[in-house]
Amino acid sequence: MEPHEEKPIIYTMENKPIVTCAGDQNLFTALYGSLTQQLPREPMEWRRSYGRAPKMIYLEANFVQFKEELLPKEGNKALLTFPFLHIYWTDCCDTEVYKASVKEDMQRWQAALRLHGSVDWLIAVVESDNKKKNKTNILPRTSIVDKIRNDFCNKQSDRCVSLCDPLKESSRSQESWSSFLTKLRTLLLMSFTRNLGRFEDDMRTLREKRTEPGWSFCDYFMVQEELAFVFEMLQQFEEALVQYDELDALFTQYVLNFGAGDGANWLGSFCQPVRSWNGLLLRRPIDMEKRDLIQRGEASLLDLRSYLFSRQCTLLIFLQRPWEVTARALELLHNCVQELRLLEVCFSPPVFQTCLGRFWAVFGACFRYLGLPRVWGVLGVFRTSLGHISDKSGVFLGCSPYKKLKEALSSVEAFEKHYLVSVRSLGDPQSAENFLLDSLKSYVSESWSLPLTHTRKQIAECQKQLQKMDEYLQTSALLASDTNLSEEERRHFCQEILTFASQTAEGKGQQKDARVALSMSSVTRLQELCFRPSSALVHVSAALLLELRLCSLMPVPVTLEHISASIHFTEEQPGSTAQKRAAQNPDGTVTFPAASPASASALELCEMLEHSPSDNTLSSAGLACRNMHLLMRRNDSATSLDTPNTALTALALEDGAQMLRASDVTLSPGNNSIVFTAPPGVYTLRQLCATLGRVQLVLPHLYPVVQYEVYSQEPQLSIQPLTVSHLVCVVVSEHLLAGLPQQVKFTILTGHYSVKKGDALQLSNTDSMPVLHSSTRSARILSSSAELVAESALSIQSSEKVTSISLPVTPPYHTLEFLLDVLCHIPSCPARMESERLTNGQISHRTRSRTRFNSGMTLIDQKVSVDCPWSIYSTLVSLTFHVPFKVKHSLLSVGRRKFIQVCLQNVSDTNFRLTNQTLTENQHTPSLELLSLNTTTHSLVFRQQCVFSVWELRWSGVSPVSLHCEFSASFAPADAPDAALKPYRYHFTLERVSIRPAEGEQDCRTGALCRLEVSLTRLSEPSDSDEEYSDTDGLRTTRLLYEVIDNNSNWAVCGKSSGVVSMPVAAMATHKVHMEVMPLFAGHLPFPSIRLFKYLPHHASPVIPPDTDSCLENDSLSLDDQAETASLRSRGSVQSLGSGESAQPRGPMPKRQAFGPGQVFNGTQGQQVLVLPAADHHLMEVNVT
Amino acid sequence: EVLCCANYPLYIRSVPTQGELKFHYTVHTSLDVVEEKISGVGKALADQRELYLGLLYPTEDYKVYGYMTNSKVKFVIVVDSSNTSLRDNEIRSMFRKLHNSFTDVMCNPFYNPGDPIQSKAFDSIVSTMMVQAF
Repeated sequence: MEPHEEKPIIYTMENKPIVTCAGDQNLFTALYGSLTQQLPREPMEWRRSYGRAPKMIYLEANFVQFKEELLPKEGNKALLTFPFLHIYWTDCCDTEVYKASVKEDMQRWQAALRLHGSVDWLIAVVESDNKKKNKTNILPRTSIVDKIRNDFCNKQSDRCVSLCDPLKESSRSQESWSSFLTKLRTLLLMSFTRNLGRFEDDMRTLREKRTEPGWSFCDYFMVQEELAFVFEMLQQFEEALVQYDELDALFTQYVLNFGAGDGANWLGSFCQPVRSWNGLLLRRPIDMEKRDLIQRGEASLLDLRSYLFSRQCTLLIFLQRPWEVTARALELLHNCVQELRLLEVCFSPPVFQTCLGRFWAVFGACFRYLGLPRVWGVLGVFRTSLGHISDKSGVFLGCSPYKKLKEALSSVEAFEKHYLVSVRSLGDPQSAENFLLDSLKSYVSESWSLPLTHTRKQIAECQKQLQKMDEYLQTSALLASDTNLSEEERRHFCQEILTFASQTAEGKGQQKDARVALSMSSVTRLQELCFRPSSALVHVSAALLLELRLCSLMPVPVTLEHISASIHFTEEQPGSTAQKRAAQNPDGTVTFPAASPASASALELCEMLEHSPSDNTLSSAGLACRNMHLLMRRNDSATSLDTPNTALTALALEDGAQMLRASDVTLSPGNNSIVFTAPPGVYTLRQLCATLGRVQLVLPHLYPVVQYEVYSQEPQLSIQPLTVSHLVCVVVSEHLLAGLPQQVKFTILTGHYSVKKGDALQLSNTDSMPVLHSSTRSARILSSSAELVAESALSIQSSEKVTSISLPVTPPYHTLEFLLDVLCHIPSCPARMESERLTNGQISHRTRSRTRFNSGMTLIDQKVSVDCPWSIYSTLVSLTFHVPFKVKHSLLSVGRRKFIQVCLQNVSDTNFRLTNQTLTENQHTPSLELLSLNTTTHSLVFRQQCVFSVWELRWSGVSPVSLHCEFSASFAPADAPDAALKPYRYHFTLERVSIRPAEGEQDCRTGALCRLEVSLTRLSEPSDSDEEYSDTDGLRTTRLLYEVIDNNSNWAVCGKSSGVVSMPVAAMATHKVHMEVMPLFAGHLPFPSIRLFKYLPHHASPVIPPDTDSCLENDSLSLDDQAETASLRSRGSVQSLGSGESAQPRGPMPKRQAFGPGQVFNGTQGQQVLVLPAADHHLMEVNVT
Repeated sequence: EVLCCANYPLYIRSVPTQGELKFHYTVHTSLDVVEEKISGVGKALADQRELYLGLLYPTEDYKVYGYMTNSKVKFVIVVDSSNTSLRDNEIRSMFRKLHNSFTDVMCNPFYNPGDPIQSKAFDSIVSTMMVQAF
């Protein structure tokens, strides 16, 4: 096609199908306006060939004057300039005129059309009433229209249409317009179908020839593009796009085939080296320069690609699908890269840069249409593409079109950031590093090991360029220990560190802190920490070794100048460290968990038990989360040690802290162990730091917490009963038994004190517990690990008051043990009845610590005061002895004969032998005789068993009022020799039982008043808190309330039946009360019962019954000698009336309190009195114990 | 060329081992595409979601296909783009096989979800698939 003046106009998007107009130009000009306006108003259905879906299209047309040169010449494939329809306009209504001129003109027109094979024509006859009126000689039957039809349209009557009064606003004119337009559209479409169909056929033919030599893609391209143009012109953008897509696919296929070895000649032009690439212009619909290049066959691959792409983009935008632009841009870039490679196009670096720039410009353009949802995908892919290109061209690109790109992309800020990825290799390492660090973070968090390594390598490169030595070394450290890298690379990075380390800090002399701290965790892994001894608890003089097991990840052995562990002094109670060391295994090793992101997130729970320091009882228990500080911290601020830039700030060394040091350590690849010796104190391990020239490897935190303790201890003395159960087969109770020689074990923990020669323990002697001397005594000296160190004799000197035990020389932190025999005398008066009282449940707090209720053992506390050489204070040691026996006696009567039975119960767990049981009477009453009825003198008493012995009591004359007897026996453990027999004494008093007849009377008689003497005797001194005292006249007394009642109606109590007496607080104090009773029956009557109560004055009563009546219901009870019941009652009633005694409106009432069982011994219990029918006198005695 | 992952890799296996790094990158990148696809699909067809995500994107060398289980475990298959024998249907069935095998792995009481898969059965399934495909 020849260059045409109108061409630029044609190629704008205002292209319309060309319709030529011949005939009456004036007429047409008049109609032109309404024609162009009305033509596109209604859509027309376009039925397509080859089964393509029909389309509704709005037709427009460019009406041009008919010229013969507009008609396409043979072989011209240009479709855009192709006139699709030719219209001949005439308004001739005169037959004469028609015949004269118009017909001839039409024939010429038709001939011209026929010459060019154009069959798309239309004759429009405009009828006008005005014209008709002027002509009078109108043929009514045959109009001009008919004539024309006859002349030209044989069989094609529709080729001639009439238009009535087109310039008038009449219904007829409207009608004719609409039918005209319909006709016009139909014809236009017919023309399209026909011409395009023919064109497509031609095109297909051309395409089939593509294997023939000499076929040129460029030519074909131009042809098919024509079709696309037409579709575009018809606003069938979809169709147009299809054309371009087909072209795209065809080209791609060719290049692929070329890559597969199937070359085509025409591809040669695309293989030319890329000199430049001018980028894309998406603004202009058609890039004519490129199109020309293609037309001339001079376009480069990139030219063709970008032209195609720009056309596709234009169409996509017309189709209002801009998002596809990016997708296609992506494809484009891939295709380009791949094709350049396939075609082996070589291009010089500067060109490449520009090309890259253009690529990015493309992206910039694309992203302007959209947000950034696909940025990631695009970039990720593109990165690999770029990698390819760089690999291929072998060029490392120094400078970048960064600025240009930035401008291009400035509208989308976020894009810039990502854009840097791919420009990493091109430009600013700073921004590249930042970006890489960002992506590194994501790789770390998602544990992509290979990309991680790769990215790190890139970072290292950037950091090296930037001279960021700290960061570079850190990254190098990580890389050196990265197993994904080859041995060589690892060596390289390791060497980088070592080289830096060995550099002297000469250049940086001004900088004080020329050292570089790196995270140790990147280079080595702390695996285990092992304490020797395993308890991590030693005293000062012993050595605590601490062995670190480090696994070096470095590829080469590294010699460290020294490695140190900083430790932190912990001020804590030694006892509480136990739970802190829970991480330690019993064998003294602490295993450090391998640091991995997954394991870090798991909860680490541990049991927490807290014992109270005093008695080691559990005071609290719970669960603690040990890594809470890791879990609870905010996620966004979480820093991983793997990201070197953040970790570096945390690598601050703790200055001034105490250190454990080891020098000249070589860390070989794999496991290493380093041994430290620990200083005294309770310390927590905090940091590890390895120094390597200028480089320090720091492990900022040791987790789990590791603690050790090198302690200093005060000397301690403890005295314990010796448990001999493992020596003797007899089961020996762990209690010390009173009355027998017992061994006690003295244990001295020397602590920091060293026992010097001449040091002695001074024991204060007590009479009740003498220290027994025995000839050979030796002391054992044990080391802290319970190994016997030495055994040496012990010398014991005794003076009157003090027993002195001289100790052997003992080094500190040793244990000194020796045994000592002691004997605790059984106190001869066990009548204290303490244990009995205890069994009654009346436990006073004072005695709580020495109770053993069930066994009923009597306990004796012996306090020994010990003066130790290391202390100016005496140590008071308490030993508790148990009395092995419990003795009960009872008086038995048969008629007038009396027997004393003594029951000795062995309450201990030892079997005893018992001999020489004797009963003596202390007062040596002359007429009294104790006759033993016991047959055996020796008896065995097994544990928890009893032995009974009986004596008959014989006397002459008057029976004694009381008997003080002593039971004594010798006892020894059953397996002991006779010499070991120890005396056991038991004193008891028998209070007698007498019937003392009244004066002059022998017997009591019924009906007569008898005298009843109530004798109250205190048998024991009260213990301090048991009773209330009242001081009267300097004499301590207890007030007792007695009451004589006869429930069986045997006796009538005459006069006062009750009263309060004051008992002096002294043993054997007796109070006698006389009263009169009258027996009501004759015979053997039991004595009236006498009840005794403690009488508590009002102030001592903590619980006051609110009601006086309920408090004292017994009418016969009088609260003291003077207060009669009646008066008390009246007083109560007054109170209840609420009278004026307001000072103490509810005056506390006195209270009686019963004695516990066994506290009162009733001497006449169960005794009877013979009552004769006559009056009789009685005397009764009541003993109070 | 097979990966199962939930953003962090559970299992990666590639046949030409020398280009492993590239595969890792490719797969990592593809996760973004998966994400995008899911978020797009989720709105329209939340309930009857197709697990197979189709071709994620083509690179110059590879085609990347994606698949995501209902528990958001992603499978990615990367195929050489010159490999024309593998059609969509084959890929789909490969994914299904993978998914079945993965389910078996998950059913193993000794497998700790989230750990890298070290199952021989899974290995062999993947190997046979690779042998068939490539």
